[in-house]
Amino acid sequence: MANNNKLKRADIIFSTYSVDPYDVLDMAMKKGKTDVINELIESGLRGRGGAGFPTGLKWKFMAQENNEEKYIICNADEGEPGTFKDRKLLVDVPRKVISGMAIAGWATNSKKGIIYLRAEYNNLIPALEKEIEVFNKYASKFDLDFSVNIYSGAGAYVCGEETALIESMEGKRGEPRNKPPFPIQSGYLGKPTLVNNVETFAAASMVCRYGAKKYESYGTSDQHGSKLFSLSGDSPKEGVHELELGMKISDFVEEYGDGDTKAVQIGGVAGFCIPRKEFDQTIIGEGNTTGGATMIFNSTRSMYNVIHNYLDFFAEESCGQCTPCRVGTQQLLKGVEAVKAGNKPESYLDDLVKLSKTMKLTSKCGLGQSVTNSFSSIVKNFREEMIY
Amino acid sequence: MTKIEQLVNDLTGKYGKERKSLMPILQGIVKEKRYVDNTDMVHIARALDISAADVYGVASFYSFIENNEMGKYVIRICKSITCEMKGKHKILKALEEELRIKLGETTHNKRFTLLETNCLGLCDVGPAMLINEEPYTKLTPEKVHEILVDYRNEVK
Repeated sequence: MANNNKLKRADIIFSTYSVDPYDVLDMAMKKGKTDVINELIESGLRGRGGAGFPTGLKWKFMAQENNEEKYIICNADEGEPGTFKDRKLLVDVPRKVISGMAIAGWATNSKKGIIYLRAEYNNLIPALEKEIEVFNKYASKFDLDFSVNIYSGAGAYVCGEETALIESMEGKRGEPRNKPPFPIQSGYLGKPTLVNNVETFAAASMVCRYGAKKYESYGTSDQHGSKLFSLSGDSPKEGVHELELGMKISDFVEEYGDGDTKAVQIGGVAGFCIPRKEFDQTIIGEGNTTGGATMIFNSTRSMYNVIHNYLDFFAEESCGQCTPCRVGTQQLLKGVEAVKAGNKPESYLDDLVKLSKTMKLTSKCGLGQSVTNSFSSIVKNFREEMIY
Repeated sequence: MTKIEQLVNDLTGKYGKERKSLMPILQGIVKEKRYVDNTDMVHIARALDISAADVYGVASFYSFIENNEMGKYVIRICKSITCEMKGKHKILKALEEELRIKLGETTHNKRFTLLETNCLGLCDVGPAMLINEEPYTKLTPEKVHEILVDYRNEVK
């Protein structure tokens, strides 16, 4: 169970195929659909894309939808700056991902699987197509009616949001929809659609492989299993690390920092920037999860440059549909520039923080809602760097 | 039939004429000629029986569907935070000097276009860039020179 003092490496997802993931699919199919979904609920697995919705419940709702045409979508639109775990999964263990999708398809009576792959990862298509061919052979062997296709994105961060992703697949601008209805009720082409992150499918396959009991024993009471962390920045150990959840930031920094760590950005640019004085908290607080992007900044880095880079990103990637996000991201960017240039007083920063909080309350999707996370934490903790 | 009409025809034959075929058709044109201009969009609109404004609305939303004329090789350098920390500016300068163009421009011989892009998911091996669909990582000014020599000589 929880070990809050030391880093605990897990070796579940990236372990070699000791059991062929397609045999895991076979094992699952011998158990019965309800059992597999219950096992997933019991394992406590939460979505690994960032929002953290319990995966088993999502599958259960999907199974309850009565429709001939249902879709399983693997969200490989990994656009969060600082995140690259899904690329590694698709390169190193694509079979676990596809087996997870197939288990989902089988357990929820859905026949069509689609991998929504971001345009930046188009060079992975040939290898993925080969893996799909292998899967097809197994599927016919197991008499499983489930197809997997690749759909290529075209360069839009907001399409990582599931309803924007669906809009894009329907040949429209990638603008998020209003919820409800949720994709489970009315998704791609108005049909029930289950969207899970790449890592979630791989983890679901691992739950079926090891059983909920063993999987649950990794991590804390609230966060189960292993989690992939994409680590970059001022660290000698950049790359993807598979760790048990529940470690303290200080342990993480001690292991992965360069000895001069000033701040850690957790959850990508949509996440929080944690300053050194707050390193004793756990890396993922109880009840929330992140996509696992961690960027380490050392004392040579200007936090003004960091927030300027983030805001430039948000202003560019805002889809423009709702006013708080479209105008807010631009005003925050102009605002920090004006304070830095001395054209606005220091107190203007407080107005900007208020604006970012308004964006959290009023924006339609996670993009506009999450800008305040990094913005408020950087302005609060590195205020002098914003001004001088 | 013009070349582009032929291409749109081939693509609708492959992907269908429904609204959901729009993205694969746009991507098919990008694959062939690296950008989709307004005339191309009119042809697509006609083929799918939707308005050209709709096609433009979709095409202009996505950063990998360019409206302006692009070179044969589109270079996209990552400007996100970790690549920036690792010296993206030096790489950009090297590219600009090597190609004798500024960011956003295309070389006179229409071979190279230089653009910036958001995170490529190569943060642990930055600075990084894409040339068309091919990623290049851990860039240095020297490495940039070597890569461009290969492209100029059509080794790639």
